[in-house]
Amino acid sequence: MALLQISEPGLSAAPHQHRLAVGIDLGTTNSLVATVRSGSAACLPDDDGRTLLPSVVHYGADQTVTVGHAAQKRQNQDPANTVVSVKRFMGRGLTDVADAATPYRFVDEPGMLKLSTAAGIKSPVEVSADILRALRTRAEQSLGGELVGAVITVPAYFDDAQRQATKDAARLAGLNVLRLLNEPTAAAIAYGLDNASEGTYVVYDLGGGTFDVSILELTRGVFEVRATSGDSQLGGDDFDHRLYCWILEAAGLSQLNDKDARLLLTKARQAKEALTEHASTQITAKLSDDSVIDVELTAEIFQQITDHLVQKTVTPVRRALRDARLTADDIKGVVLVGGATRMPHVRRAVAQLFGKPPLTNLDPDKVVALGAAMQANVLAGNKGDDDWLLLDVIPLSLGLETMGGLVEKVIPRNSTIPTARAQEFTTFKDGQTAMAIHVLQGERELVTDCRSLARFELRGIPAMVAGAARIRVTFQVDADGLLSVSAQEQSSGVQASIVVKPSYGLSDDEIGRMLSDSMAHAGDDLEARKLAEARVESESIVNATLAALEQDGDLLNADERQAVDTALAAAQAANAGSNANLIRTAAEALNQASGDFAARRMDRAVSRGLAGHKVSDF
Amino acid sequence: MNFDFAQNHFALFGLPQTFALDRAALDARYKALQADYHPDRFASHDDATRRMSLQIATRVNEAYQTLKSPLARGRYLLTLAGVDTEEETNTAMPMDFLMAQMEWREAIADTRASRSVDALEALNRDLAQDTAALTAELGALIDVDRDYPAAAMAVRKLRFLEKLHEEIGDAIEAVLF
Repeated sequence: MALLQISEPGLSAAPHQHRLAVGIDLGTTNSLVATVRSGSAACLPDDDGRTLLPSVVHYGADQTVTVGHAAQKRQNQDPANTVVSVKRFMGRGLTDVADAATPYRFVDEPGMLKLSTAAGIKSPVEVSADILRALRTRAEQSLGGELVGAVITVPAYFDDAQRQATKDAARLAGLNVLRLLNEPTAAAIAYGLDNASEGTYVVYDLGGGTFDVSILELTRGVFEVRATSGDSQLGGDDFDHRLYCWILEAAGLSQLNDKDARLLLTKARQAKEALTEHASTQITAKLSDDSVIDVELTAEIFQQITDHLVQKTVTPVRRALRDARLTADDIKGVVLVGGATRMPHVRRAVAQLFGKPPLTNLDPDKVVALGAAMQANVLAGNKGDDDWLLLDVIPLSLGLETMGGLVEKVIPRNSTIPTARAQEFTTFKDGQTAMAIHVLQGERELVTDCRSLARFELRGIPAMVAGAARIRVTFQVDADGLLSVSAQEQSSGVQASIVVKPSYGLSDDEIGRMLSDSMAHAGDDLEARKLAEARVESESIVNATLAALEQDGDLLNADERQAVDTALAAAQAANAGSNANLIRTAAEALNQASGDFAARRMDRAVSRGLAGHKVSDF
Repeated sequence: MNFDFAQNHFALFGLPQTFALDRAALDARYKALQADYHPDRFASHDDATRRMSLQIATRVNEAYQTLKSPLARGRYLLTLAGVDTEEETNTAMPMDFLMAQMEWREAIADTRASRSVDALEALNRDLAQDTAALTAELGALIDVDRDYPAAAMAVRKLRFLEKLHEEIGDAIEAVLF
């Protein structure tokens, strides 16, 4: 009798069985789901044949949740309960979005902000999960089975908190996350595989709310990200808003009510889109007071009023080229991604920047979802003949706070992931038994200028003299770009480990500011660093002197004691100020004033050490 | 999944344990290893396998970065030979090298003040020449002379030059961005 065969759980039962996996582009404005069927990737449409799902969720008082086009229709009547652009709130605290003009009732929560809706309090993770759930349902109905997993795309410039929030949303929607994939990298996969390209390519990704630029090297089935940069507060929305302001000016209007403002923002977006095909467009609108707006917008004017926004994408491009040690001449092609790259003057600016017309043969709205689907297909184990390897990087440096409010970089930006780096730190004071570990993200040298990701404490360090303990802190960044940190005292083995689950992420403002400031204030940083270092050095001498006086003060006569006390007071006074040179001089003077004292203490310590021992003991 | 975490970076890439490096072979072997062990290969496997793959891919990246950089490679070869490069503790440098350092620092400070990217880049090219010469010297000390104390000194010198390179880079970025 033939025995029934049962495969091991988790292993694919039959190699020929296609495992259903999807790629999801969870966008600020629109989201898509795509899959690979019979060897080619395609976006899955809804019942009406539309592939784009507006990233809009409406919450009704009767607990109904509406997603997409239907929710979008509620936007004008019920703005407070219709959540748009929720991606901007992922991993953010209330202070991060305080200046954003939104109709929502925010709830300040420790960690991520929440939104109060007719259907109750919702976190951005829950709202995103509702969007993802709609896409999952669409995929399962269309593919006729349960999904084994999904690849979810995130902006390359997303930090740890934003990535973690995205992964949590996917889990909440019942999706098994095969990988978080950077959007420009997903686009490169779709483009590279479609065109069998080799060489160094730039992906210029201007979406609804974020700008990413990645430089990739494509060689025989390997996609290697050389560098990535971006501006997480720049997107198509900013062009709409600039145009909205121009309409107000042109029509001689000042303040508008919420409803009119929303109407004109919509008109602004439509006008922007019309200019993709036409040299000019007429903007007409009837406001709530029955007044009529009727202005003409030419492509030339639109280019003029938004040129500064286009120019803002140039700096991240230059920075990425510099980090990759390349020039524009080394770039074989530029792939455009994101709906905002449809604007003709954006295309012209990119062409000028790289001296060649950008590649636009893939739909900029769909290319990210298509690439994600291809990656999902491979990760799910549906290996075809064409197999590829993806090597991505982290966008921002990770570091630790050290004495004096300085950041010690542990993993520099653009390191290939997965990566781990260990760094040793030591105690600052004699007998110190605990140490606070503060994890930061950013490029600046001072803690206050970087984003705080997490804090934890390492306790139970054996009491030793300052500088004797060896604390090894290890950062591990996985293939999703998510960080975990562990710390261990080397001699005793005391260990502490956490997965960094930051209570809040970098704000859009902060993340953009951090990089540009880091460059603009390189000089300031240097001064601040000198000052902080001088203070640490001096405080250590002051502390050592105080401890010595307490223990062996009797070794000094009154005059000698006076001299040391004077130098001590001078050093302490200098430390309170912010003149690095003065601090250094005073510390040096204290060091000299206590030189004899130190020598005498040494003699005493030696004689104490020898007392009670016989020569034969040594 | 079999992987020997005890083997050194050269053995991992199947390369001879020398300063002289076949860069093309390193790159090819690196990509082959990542193709075998990268977490993307094991995304649908159980937790233990995924963790193992993460650790291996992390080690492969670390090894690649170490061998790719001449300074890190020199330091690593000395560590394998049981020689501490004493970069944090040994600050005794020859007088002529210290004089040259002071001149470099003055040149960087002056050029930084001029805010000329071209001048800073020119300085970078000069520095690259010095670095190349010192790197060649380090290679000979390790591969030919096997004079490890002298090689450790060359590593300490290279560390200084690397810091100068970073300073020039920071100055350029301060002007550009």
